Amino acid sequence: MSALFPVRLEAARATRRGKTLVGPIDLELAGQGTTVVIGPNGAGKTTFLSLLHGTARLGGGRIRWNCPTEEARHHQCFVFQQPVMLRRTVLQNLTFPLRMRGMARGPAEDKARTWAARVGLGGMLTRQAPVLSGGERQKLALARAMITEPQLMFLDEPCASLDGRAMREIEEILQEARAGGMRLILSTHDMGQARRLADEVLFLLHGKLHEHGRTPEFFTSPETPQARAFLQGDIVE
Amino acid sequence: MVDIWSGLVQAFWLVATLDAELLEIALRSLEVTLSALVIASLIALPLAAFLAVRRFRFRRTVIAVLNALMGLPPVVVGLVVYVLLSRAGPLGVLGLLFTPTAMVIAQVIILVPLIASVAHQSIRDLWQEYHDLLISMNVTQGQKIRTLLWDSRRALLTAALAGFGRGIGEVGAIMIVGGNIDHATRVLTTAIALETGKGNFALALALGFVLIALAIAVNLAIHALSRTEREGRW
Amino acid sequence: MKHLALTLALAAIGTAATAATAAETMKMAVTTSFHNSGLADVLLPQIAADLDLEVQLLVVGTGQAIRLGEAGDVDAILVHSRSAEETFVAAGHGTHRREIMYNDFVFIGPDTDPANIAEAPSAVEALQRIAATEAPFVSRGDDSGTHKKELSLWAEAGRDPAVLHDWYKPVGAGMGAALNTAAGMGAYIMSDRASWLNFGNTDGLALLFSGDPVLFNQYAYLPVDPARHAHVKHALALKLEDWLVSATAKELIDGYEIGGEALFVFNAEEQAQ
Repeated sequence: MSALFPVRLEAARATRRGKTLVGPIDLELAGQGTTVVIGPNGAGKTTFLSLLHGTARLGGGRIRWNCPTEEARHHQCFVFQQPVMLRRTVLQNLTFPLRMRGMARGPAEDKARTWAARVGLGGMLTRQAPVLSGGERQKLALARAMITEPQLMFLDEPCASLDGRAMREIEEILQEARAGGMRLILSTHDMGQARRLADEVLFLLHGKLHEHGRTPEFFTSPETPQARAFLQGDIVE
Repeated sequence: MVDIWSGLVQAFWLVATLDAELLEIALRSLEVTLSALVIASLIALPLAAFLAVRRFRFRRTVIAVLNALMGLPPVVVGLVVYVLLSRAGPLGVLGLLFTPTAMVIAQVIILVPLIASVAHQSIRDLWQEYHDLLISMNVTQGQKIRTLLWDSRRALLTAALAGFGRGIGEVGAIMIVGGNIDHATRVLTTAIALETGKGNFALALALGFVLIALAIAVNLAIHALSRTEREGRW
Repeated sequence: MKHLALTLALAAIGTAATAATAAETMKMAVTTSFHNSGLADVLLPQIAADLDLEVQLLVVGTGQAIRLGEAGDVDAILVHSRSAEETFVAAGHGTHRREIMYNDFVFIGPDTDPANIAEAPSAVEALQRIAATEAPFVSRGDDSGTHKKELSLWAEAGRDPAVLHDWYKPVGAGMGAALNTAAGMGAYIMSDRASWLNFGNTDGLALLFSGDPVLFNQYAYLPVDPARHAHVKHALALKLEDWLVSATAKELIDGYEIGGEALFVFNAEEQAQ
């Protein structure tokens, strides 16, 4: 099934200028479902996702994918908290990753149209991407990420600045992707969203993996006091 | 004031009657500067993109030097090119001195730092925006450069037009390496210098007005062709 | 727009065509004084007709003309500075010098003539009067033939321009530009007659002194030595020289006038010196 998984982190650390931002973390992730990363601000959620994706520097330890490391990123994609809109049309944004991988223009545009329709941007293909609204941008970023049919998709706070309707639409797309076999690892502030989407939860605190549980057990009976406090809405230091 | 007015009148007549000499030197001005512009852009734009995306040890120094070279006096460039292309010089055998080709070479040297510096800044800003996405997508260095160049194309056009302005009004370098030879290397700016030196102010001004009009025409044409200022266009 | 494009296209073809008609070309460096006289516009077409030769003129100062000859970037030079020419030949850059014609220098100044040089008995005396009144004087200051002549006259007048201040103004420019400056500041200036007659900006200036034989200005033609620079078109340079000393040239040169005044006197001899 999945060439990427299982993935093993062994004392993996993200460092910058000698300072450890995240880790050391020991963890194994299997190839199914959705993993949600939660934790207070500054816990290192974004850095953790970047570390796994390979865009944050691995300062110590190992990350072992099931396939050679150089190939790993090829099967992954990342949706940023503030999605990056290329200064082109919606259609061209969608065809971009395909063209970068060598697909010809015709087939790429066909695929782009399909995906645009799937996320509800079908009528906006010729609009310039930078003028889209927040929700539209996020949907475009999502479609652009999924168009290459990655095995694993990272999402960093995908609905942070979206209204209810946009959030519902995004979550629907994510559930569809998950049903289709895509592995999702996302971070969120929204506990409701975490409950809705997660199969597995990683609770980060001060850059370390404080608790690792499955749903619904993690939410109903968290093991550590900090996790309990966090889920209750208390400030956790 | 008399000179300016009679200069305007003369300019009008020269253009209206399609004065043969005027056409010849105007065309040559365009030929030299546009050729130099194209060649300089082909060198400067990829260079600017490369400098924006590649991190290497002396990058900051290279960028600073590039910026500084914008202030290189064209006359100095002309002298250096003259010494190189002179028969007594290393490249003399090419026989390029006092030809439009030598003028193009000198102008390319003058324009590259200008176009590269202006372009580099815009490309750098865009790279900041695109950085995370392009790294995440694992695009190659070449693809990065091409994507940045294409998406900054309007800013790059501005850089190129800045280069055009510098080139079309340049006189020091092309005077030295071209020699201002009648029917061979005379262009608008060197003709203006010649007429000024002879005291023919009205004619010099007339040629100057034609030069300005030409520069405006070229800029308008480029803007029209690239349809800038249209709604929501990047 | 279409019409403009068509016209431009035709013009381009036209220029290309004219460029292709002359069978041979050579390059000659001439001084700005010579070019400003306008004589070249009379001689070049006749040369093209008689010899099927296009002479490309590089109009530069004497110093630069000599440099171009030394570097072999031109095939011949036409200048008016005897000592520089003799050095040029002695150093092996030129094969020989051939005198072609002379014109004269004149003193120009503000029409009020504060130094009263119009009444001076000689050129040297005129300069001494200017120095005595400390009237503003513009010098070419560019090592040209004209400039060197001016310096030699100051030397004879017992004055060293290097120590003259304030009123003596070297501008480092060609004749036209220097005349402009003189007009702008109401100064005296030594000019060749041709440049003066052709000069367009004569407000407030007048020709005040001329005729002293010491002011005669000899032009000479020097082919660049092919032994030094094998690529120079020596045969063409000699062909041009023969034409410049011919009866046709004599007629054109002696007959050339500006505003009814003759400028040059043809004085080439049968044999080269």
